[in-house]
Amino acid sequence: MKETQLYLNDVHRAFDGYKAINGLSLVIARGELRAVVGPNGAGKTTMLDIITGKTRPDTGDVYYNGTIDLTKTDEASSSRLGIGRKFQKPTVFETHSVEENIMLALAGPRGVAATLFHRTTRAQATRIDELLETVRLGSERRRLAGALSHGQKQWLEIGMLLAQEPQLLLVDEPAAGMTDAETMRTAELLRSVAGERSVVVIEHDMEFVRALDCKVTVLHRGAVLAEGSLDHVSANPEVVEVYLGR
Amino acid sequence: MLSVENIDLSYGASQALRGVSMTAEQGKVTCVLGRNGVGKTSLLRAISGRHGIAAGKVMWQGQDVSKLRPDARAQLGVATVPQGREVFPLLTVRENLETGFSLLPRSARTIPDAVFELFPVLAEMMNRRGGDLSGGQQQQLAIGRAMVTNPRLLLLDEPTEGIQPSIIKDIGRAIRFLREQGKIAIVLVEQFFEFACELADSYAVMDRGRIVLAGAAGDVDEAEVRRWMTV
Repeated sequence: MKETQLYLNDVHRAFDGYKAINGLSLVIARGELRAVVGPNGAGKTTMLDIITGKTRPDTGDVYYNGTIDLTKTDEASSSRLGIGRKFQKPTVFETHSVEENIMLALAGPRGVAATLFHRTTRAQATRIDELLETVRLGSERRRLAGALSHGQKQWLEIGMLLAQEPQLLLVDEPAAGMTDAETMRTAELLRSVAGERSVVVIEHDMEFVRALDCKVTVLHRGAVLAEGSLDHVSANPEVVEVYLGR
Repeated sequence: MLSVENIDLSYGASQALRGVSMTAEQGKVTCVLGRNGVGKTSLLRAISGRHGIAAGKVMWQGQDVSKLRPDARAQLGVATVPQGREVFPLLTVRENLETGFSLLPRSARTIPDAVFELFPVLAEMMNRRGGDLSGGQQQQLAIGRAMVTNPRLLLLDEPTEGIQPSIIKDIGRAIRFLREQGKIAIVLVEQFFEFACELADSYAVMDRGRIVLAGAAGDVDEAEVRRWMTV
């Protein structure tokens, strides 16, 4: 049995009586790639909010790496613990070059002195090259991030997250608005970065989920409705029912 | 008649619609179906003018309205019942309904009786604030408000979302009533499959910003529609 990266057990969270998360249990193994799908209001984003400490659960356990209690952390400390979150919209520094964006995101000390007297070391330069290679933006490195296509911006931001050396990467609807080719390339990218770290992807685009070729979790009304391969869950009559709005 | 011709729509660099074409006829309900995030709401925004299109045309009653602002399109009879209802929470039910008057000549500024026949609860709540209504009542108010403008094209964005079954029935009845009047082209965006099936004269099914399946209700294979709507 692989080590557990993330463990949620019977998590509940209500907003003004609306049960956004209602008995959610989920286990992500270290290095696993997992897709999370579900109709509107299933609780997908609230789940990410809870994992990253943006929202605290009312009850339930959320553990990271076995022993770290995520119900007690805030967003900044969850980031320091190695949890990276990619929101749906690309948020890159548009007036900086691709390379500079990655440089700004590199893991390292962030104090006043460290920032003022910073010099890029050879090791860091190598790391930037590697990351640009991974997200296939090597040939775009001197371009302004604002001039990239939508898909390229999303990849750059994934590169920036990787620069922080996360152990758990949470990605919210990366394929939205991408061309078909960009969508397939993104699936490839996420598959290639999983393994060294765990990756959880929220997505609606089923072609993309199929290309991820991983275990799929279907959320509904704040809890897990089904889990397994995409073919397994799409054959589940309950899953079909909730997607048809019954 | 509404005719959407080969439109593209983007939010910044992110493209939501790719070469979408569809039509909607007077006295007919055209159902736009599909999973989350496939472009259904973006299509309505392109039709109502709430978001500009990057390519293609929106033709309404033979006129190219692609460049017209949303208020100018409303003058031409385009009314929207948006997702999430967007009633004015601090205005009363009466005031919410009267916001539709701005499109009408002074002499025509009355709330049609049909609004209260279809949604009697609105008559009881005329002086309550919109924000104090239940979700279902707000949905009825939003439809009533659109009816006040005397529309010829009605765009409904997931009117059953989060609404209790009894009110869903009322909404279905209202849509049927408007269809039977024969003056309004209705575009209904839905994820509630059975509700849409009962009302649809024709379908346009979307996936990844494109129309993947379209046709008259009799010609479209329901199993195929369901396949595009589920995982």
